Amino acid sequence: MNNSIKEPFLHITKRKEMAWQKAWAIRGGMILLALVICAVITASTTELSPLAVYGTMFKGALGSARKVWVLGKELAILLAIALALTPAFRMKFWNLGGEGQVLVGALATAACMIYLGKTLPNAILIPVMFIAAVAAGALWAMIPAYFKAKWNTNETLFTLMMNYVATQLVAYYIIIWESPKGSGKVGIINQNSEAGWLPVIGNNKYLLIILIVAAVTIAMHIYLKYSKHGYELTVVGESQQTARYVGIKVDRVIIRTLFLSGAVCGLTGWLLVSGSDHTITTTLAGGRGFIGVMVAWLAQFNPIAMVASSLLLVFMTRGAQEISTIYGLNQSFGDILTGIILFCIISSEFFINYQIHVRKAAGKEEANV
Amino acid sequence: MENRVAAVSMQGISKSFGTIQANYNVDLNIYRGEILSLLGENGSGKTTLMNMLAGIYYPDEGQIFIDGKPAAIHSPKEAFSYGIGMIHQHFKLVDVFTAAENIVLGTIAKGKLDMAKATAKIRTICETYGFDVDPEQKIYNMSVSQKQTVEIVKVLYRGADILILDEPTAVLTPQETDKLFAVLRNMRNDGKAVVIITHKLHEVEAISDRVAILRKGQFIGELITKNTDAQEMTNMMVGHEVKLNIDRPEPVDPRPKIEVDGLTVRSSDGILKLDDVSFTANAGEILGIAGISGSGQKELLEAIAGLQGVESGTIRYVNDDGSREELVGKDPLEIAAMGVSLSFVPEDRLGMGLVGSMDLTDNMMLRSFRRGKSLFTDRKTPRELAEKVVDELEVSTPSVNTPVRRLSGGNVQKVLVGREIASAPTVLLSAYVVRGLDINSSYMIYDLINRQKKNGVAVIYVGEDLDVLLELCDRILVLCGGKVSGVLDGKTAEKRQVGLLMTQLGGGEPVEQ
Amino acid sequence: MFDLVGFIPRAVVQSIPLLLGCTGETISEKAGSLNLGIPGVMYVGAISGVIGSFLYEQSCGGEVSTLPAILIPLCCCLLGSLLMGLLFSFLTVTLRVNQNVTGLAMTTFGIGFGNFFGGSLIKLTGSEVPSIALSATSRVFSKSLPFANDLGWFGKIFLSYGFLTYVAVIIAIIAGFVLKRTRTGLHLRAVGENPATADAAGIPVNKYKYLSVCIGCMIAGLGGLYYVMDYASGVWSNDAFGDRGWLAIALVIFTIWRPNVAIFASILFGGLYIFYLFIPSSSMATKELYKMLPYVVTIIVLVLTSMRNKRESQPPEALGLPYFREER
Repeated sequence: MNNSIKEPFLHITKRKEMAWQKAWAIRGGMILLALVICAVITASTTELSPLAVYGTMFKGALGSARKVWVLGKELAILLAIALALTPAFRMKFWNLGGEGQVLVGALATAACMIYLGKTLPNAILIPVMFIAAVAAGALWAMIPAYFKAKWNTNETLFTLMMNYVATQLVAYYIIIWESPKGSGKVGIINQNSEAGWLPVIGNNKYLLIILIVAAVTIAMHIYLKYSKHGYELTVVGESQQTARYVGIKVDRVIIRTLFLSGAVCGLTGWLLVSGSDHTITTTLAGGRGFIGVMVAWLAQFNPIAMVASSLLLVFMTRGAQEISTIYGLNQSFGDILTGIILFCIISSEFFINYQIHVRKAAGKEEANV
Repeated sequence: MENRVAAVSMQGISKSFGTIQANYNVDLNIYRGEILSLLGENGSGKTTLMNMLAGIYYPDEGQIFIDGKPAAIHSPKEAFSYGIGMIHQHFKLVDVFTAAENIVLGTIAKGKLDMAKATAKIRTICETYGFDVDPEQKIYNMSVSQKQTVEIVKVLYRGADILILDEPTAVLTPQETDKLFAVLRNMRNDGKAVVIITHKLHEVEAISDRVAILRKGQFIGELITKNTDAQEMTNMMVGHEVKLNIDRPEPVDPRPKIEVDGLTVRSSDGILKLDDVSFTANAGEILGIAGISGSGQKELLEAIAGLQGVESGTIRYVNDDGSREELVGKDPLEIAAMGVSLSFVPEDRLGMGLVGSMDLTDNMMLRSFRRGKSLFTDRKTPRELAEKVVDELEVSTPSVNTPVRRLSGGNVQKVLVGREIASAPTVLLSAYVVRGLDINSSYMIYDLINRQKKNGVAVIYVGEDLDVLLELCDRILVLCGGKVSGVLDGKTAEKRQVGLLMTQLGGGEPVEQ
Repeated sequence: MFDLVGFIPRAVVQSIPLLLGCTGETISEKAGSLNLGIPGVMYVGAISGVIGSFLYEQSCGGEVSTLPAILIPLCCCLLGSLLMGLLFSFLTVTLRVNQNVTGLAMTTFGIGFGNFFGGSLIKLTGSEVPSIALSATSRVFSKSLPFANDLGWFGKIFLSYGFLTYVAVIIAIIAGFVLKRTRTGLHLRAVGENPATADAAGIPVNKYKYLSVCIGCMIAGLGGLYYVMDYASGVWSNDAFGDRGWLAIALVIFTIWRPNVAIFASILFGGLYIFYLFIPSSSMATKELYKMLPYVVTIIVLVLTSMRNKRESQPPEALGLPYFREER
């Protein structure tokens, strides 16, 4: 054999399957690598030692009871959005419209609080708000779903555009509801009457939110894994042809699944307005509609694993906020760290799904990596 | 002859995909001025081997020599630079481009893209060989044979002198095949090396000078075509002499079960797929459907199963008491709701019949998961069914929790057939059930189908192997271009007769039913 | 009376970031990469230019000379965007990671990167200016063509812009020509329509994907640079760029993947963006509804093209899908 012949040095093949332990070990390793990179970057901008960086971040994320509760709430909200998107993703429907669906849910909630806050008691008002928010979110998601089911309209782009329609709709109502006039803000809604505010359990404003999202997580897990609907949507996601062959009405499943997806987004909007912010802004969702996509994807669309992936991202964001506050840096520092973590974890999928072979000159190959 | 320098010499080539060994230690020589047939059954590794010449795959082991010099072909582009052009079975054409755009795609010529000049050159090639292709036509408006023509012109346009054709006649009419063979002979006389991948013996005899035989990924041997005969080639191809000896029990009390009358179906782009098709399928009988691929077999089965829109005509299901129910216009669920137990083993096993990423249990419940009022799925019953199928049909799988994608072709098919038969059907539709299966699995499937027949099921068996159709089926309906060209008695029909009906209308005497 | 002569130039300056973003995204989508990181890339392009220009202005104390004042931010911007493009192509082409996820991560990262440096640049460099205002550089970037003021409405509508405006139009025309008429464009489109076919035809699929994403990102990055240096007069304020990156992606669909159409469509979008300013009777609230128009129009186009199902106006067939040759 002639050694002068050039052969590809790296040769990539698809892996058959990897033991889940090994897969998660790779993911864990990449997260660790990401944390190291983040520490190095932070250390170089703040002159902290890398270890001290995480000390500060821990303090920022978990340093006091209040901080723990805030972390819990942030976790719950991000998790709720990721959960909402999951059924759609399982069906291979790219719902990038979480942002908009949360916003219209929030808008419906705020509308109920403003227009019905004086007439209805909380016991009726809050359920009404809930229904309005869920319906609004569901409707917002069903519009692209309908066109996808009917004409196979590209859902990635459609849902993306719906976000900005929702944003402008909220911007419009913010000006209508402006208070005080000319501020460009809605301000705290029903500050004195607290009409439409979620009840506080014990002393913890956020406990109810966390409990509701915990319930949603379990419900979603059961829905996806054990229900007939969950089975149907998985079949549709794997192969529409198979679905038709066994008599699954693909159109109906697409619309129904996006109804659910949008409804949970709407619910999140309701939690945000009624339970935590008591006001509405165009940045209420704050990019979490997109981060949620990544949370769900990182957890491989497994609701339980999403708890961990959203915790990681929320922890980093909160920790980075602390660092930026102490060192007078910009708040966006957290986004940079989030980005780095995401890049590292998403590249781990490559090592899980593919295998790299390094060729030796003799043509024998050495597997692995 | 052994003093010639081979245009291509493959030595000790091995290639595997995961645990599947597609080629093992293959030696093969290709010479200029010669047409070589690469013969082997489905799945014998012919296409994989040629894909390594075309730069689609890279061999795991072994060495390729071009004109005696070692060569490494990492990409199709490098294959072209060695003068190797391959016409794939699945056309590699960009649908929204014109024929001319597809033809110039990837050509290495530098400078401005001069479509007018390219078009002129294409027209010259077409005139030389008598191809009928409009360079300005978009691919998505073309028929299958037109697309193939574009593929061939593409290779010629690049001046390839080593041509590889992967089962080129599968989609062609006999006239088109003759035309193609004439072109191939011209190219051989021009001093080009031509390789044709096929599993049809008569084509080997008609066109090739030399034949190389692969079996299960290994090189078995090569023969000079004029010194051999079909028997010898078959023996080398399958390993032992083919005596099918498929059981054909006498039908018990055949009564009409499905009556199709005047069925006409168009595809979504308006092409006539079935044209006024009428026939009756009887309970307790196997009705074979023969025809070259794409003659409307798929549409026929899908129309009966409620998956295909029908333009006109009726499909009636005959109940045991003689009453009739219309199936046209109903979807699979509505058909099931009428109490018609209809099973369908589709051609595309993993794309339609099963979900590749789901395990055996989940695949077993595809048909039955709706049962019961509960919101939740029952996985116990399907699991038992999966275990039963694995046990009875000798499915080789690590467990019932293994995704079916990881099983071999034969095992996948056993899972699918096992599930379809488990529902105790009265009608069983099957398309190419034994495609890609080894002999043992095939016989097991024939046996399963015969058992259904004995149970009084109306079986419709779409097949491609005429020997099997003639030995297994009670009656054979032949489709040609979406029309019924004849219905023959399986016991008396001759292979030649079926072949004739497949390729031209009215070529045989229809047998009275 | 509607003030057309006043309206068009303002629509045009709004349109340029969109046009550049759209041209860049079209190039990468034509080769099959749906790069949802474009909004982030535009931020990175902008801030890279700002950093370069800021350091330059600081070093020469505001006395800038024309050539370096253009070249330094330009090169920094192109470099920053190129790095983002390399990141996206490395992850999606070499590592074959999902494009949507990668794109969104890049947008998060890019916007964070822009805002972080925009907000912390002064502190990090230890300089003593109150805010980032690169007025000297901006003057060079926004210098209009000669005679712009002497030719009345003609000058106002056609000549009153900074050089990047004309660059953007020229890039769009070249991109349109290359995609439609050249061998490179043909190959690039083949990669986006059917990579397996392109591969079989000997086209280096990965090379084309890398090139299209990187060139696309560099063009889009210029859109960010134009925004800060010309439109915003060299003043960086966080989040001011807003959702223009997404609007650029909308524009790609609206123009059905044709950069030369984008020249006019971007002006239309730019016009819709500021339309409310020219409707005297409109309230603050309705102006927000007008801003919705570009997105609504895009959705309508998206729906109509999918309903008509004409093959030529569909998204590239392999858009968003990774390509792996040995897939089997």
